[in-house]
Amino acid sequence: MDLPVIESKPSPSGACQAGGCGADNGRMAGAGLPDALRARVQDHPCYSEEAHHHFARMHVAVAPACNIQCHYCNRKYDCANESRPGVVSELLNPEQAVRKALAVAAAIPQMSVLGIAGPGDPLANPERTFATFRGLALKAPDIKLCVSTNGLALPDHVDELARHNIDHVTVTINCVDPEIGEQIYPWIFWQNRRIHGRAAAAILIERQQRGLEMLVARGILVKVNSVLIPGVNDRHLKEVSALVKAKGAFLHNVMPLIAEAAHGSFYGVMGQRTPTPVELKALQDECAGAMNMMRHCRQCRADAVGLLGEDRGAEFSLDKIAAMDIDHDAALAARLEWRAKILAELEAKRAAVSSQPAQLIRFQPPASRPAAEAVGRPVLMAVAAKDGRVASHFGHAKEFLVYQASSAGASLVGQRRADAYCSGAENCDDDAALLDRTLAALAGCEVVLCSRIGYEPWGRLAAAGISPNGEHAMEPIEQAVMAVWHEMLAAGKLAAGPAAAKRA
Amino acid sequence: MALEIIERCVNCRACLPLCPNRAIYEAQPHLLIDGDKCTECLGDFRDAQCAAICPIEGAILDELGEALNPPGSLTGIPPERWAAAQAAIAAR
Repeated sequence: MDLPVIESKPSPSGACQAGGCGADNGRMAGAGLPDALRARVQDHPCYSEEAHHHFARMHVAVAPACNIQCHYCNRKYDCANESRPGVVSELLNPEQAVRKALAVAAAIPQMSVLGIAGPGDPLANPERTFATFRGLALKAPDIKLCVSTNGLALPDHVDELARHNIDHVTVTINCVDPEIGEQIYPWIFWQNRRIHGRAAAAILIERQQRGLEMLVARGILVKVNSVLIPGVNDRHLKEVSALVKAKGAFLHNVMPLIAEAAHGSFYGVMGQRTPTPVELKALQDECAGAMNMMRHCRQCRADAVGLLGEDRGAEFSLDKIAAMDIDHDAALAARLEWRAKILAELEAKRAAVSSQPAQLIRFQPPASRPAAEAVGRPVLMAVAAKDGRVASHFGHAKEFLVYQASSAGASLVGQRRADAYCSGAENCDDDAALLDRTLAALAGCEVVLCSRIGYEPWGRLAAAGISPNGEHAMEPIEQAVMAVWHEMLAAGKLAAGPAAAKRA
Repeated sequence: MALEIIERCVNCRACLPLCPNRAIYEAQPHLLIDGDKCTECLGDFRDAQCAAICPIEGAILDELGEALNPPGSLTGIPPERWAAAQAAIAAR
């Protein structure tokens, strides 16, 4: 049974004392939002952290053309087995995309959102993008429609987006200063010319900002994505965050640059450094004082399918969906039933929380509860999660959600990718190298929560100063995280002040 | 005079709606230009539109076989740097 008291509702005062002002912002899509706004994001996994545990999305790759070049992108988008933005396995025309979306929506009742995110720019392919939306809206009116754009063509299409009931638009805004922009964007295609350098960046920035203002004026929810590029825009993104917040953006998603030579991007080939998880979190925390920050982005492919942490795209290739026999009415009914069930559960959770006195909101075993509030420093814990619970075997986890636990409650602050290292006894040599990488990915975390863990990784984690914990299998994440934090507090491990020496 | 799309094309179709002569058409394995219709945009635009939006260096050639977007001109990656990176990857 869920213990409702662990919901970390932002408290009216004192929420900032331990974890910085960002501590509660990751929860904005839960308890902290006005009802009308919450209703618009509660089943959108990319706009609500709470929703992403329960609802799935898919991207359809109908938009291959682009009108700008970004230094983190290589336009050879054909790639079957990597998980990063801008790559796809097969390009679809609008009719194929609608067929695929309906097949996914029939097989996965959690599906609530269809997004178009490339592999180019959706608004540089307006006919294909809007034809896809029209087709799906007719046959699956319950599915939310969503686009992600670089913003160059956005002002030209805001009216059409509104006409198609598109309630969520993501604009990638990496800078508001052309001097920085020219280091990110080598060129744009604008008014029948290819324009290079600072002039190109200035036009792009002006169009992005105008598009943002127009969307907000129409009441469309805007998420701003920014790629954190060390040495290029890292010191600038706080200004970007404050500006887009002032203009009415709903949510800011700062993502780490992905740059590898093998991808063929400018940054990859030129050896541009990528940010560490610690740098990313520091910037997100800095921005979080003023802005709602998204912490659960998985930087998915332009043809991703499923819950955010998984990719089921391979199950729905054109070949495979051609062979599927689908009852669309039954599928619609199943989706509505799922949605009603989950939303009722979340509502019950919220109601239970709001009926409690504010100071009891946090999960605190009465026996170990300290006399004074706000003692105990914040602790980062990695969680091998599934559906909002501590539910993965350490060796099978493909990613870990990172929660910050403090006296203010538990909040998601990021996620770290890991290759599932346990693939069977015959591969144990490879497993050792993979375990090394997982350990590196967990840097800064003091605890790993998982459903089970093997003997060897247990020892390696402990040696690295990370406590493995398998005692909270199947518990809701926040409950488990706070229980462990209170155990550490009671054991005297959380003396206030800078983090323990082992984190250095 | 006519331009030509060669096998480097990734089929992004960005050029397709821009051609004032509708000379570009979908084909396998990549888009092609009908040489009888292509005017290199002379009289319509200052720059040949397909080459002005194409993101792939060396995908569009003029009638002399020269790339309108030579290596390094779009990505900003110096060709020798690109070659070194490819060699390093091949050696892995």
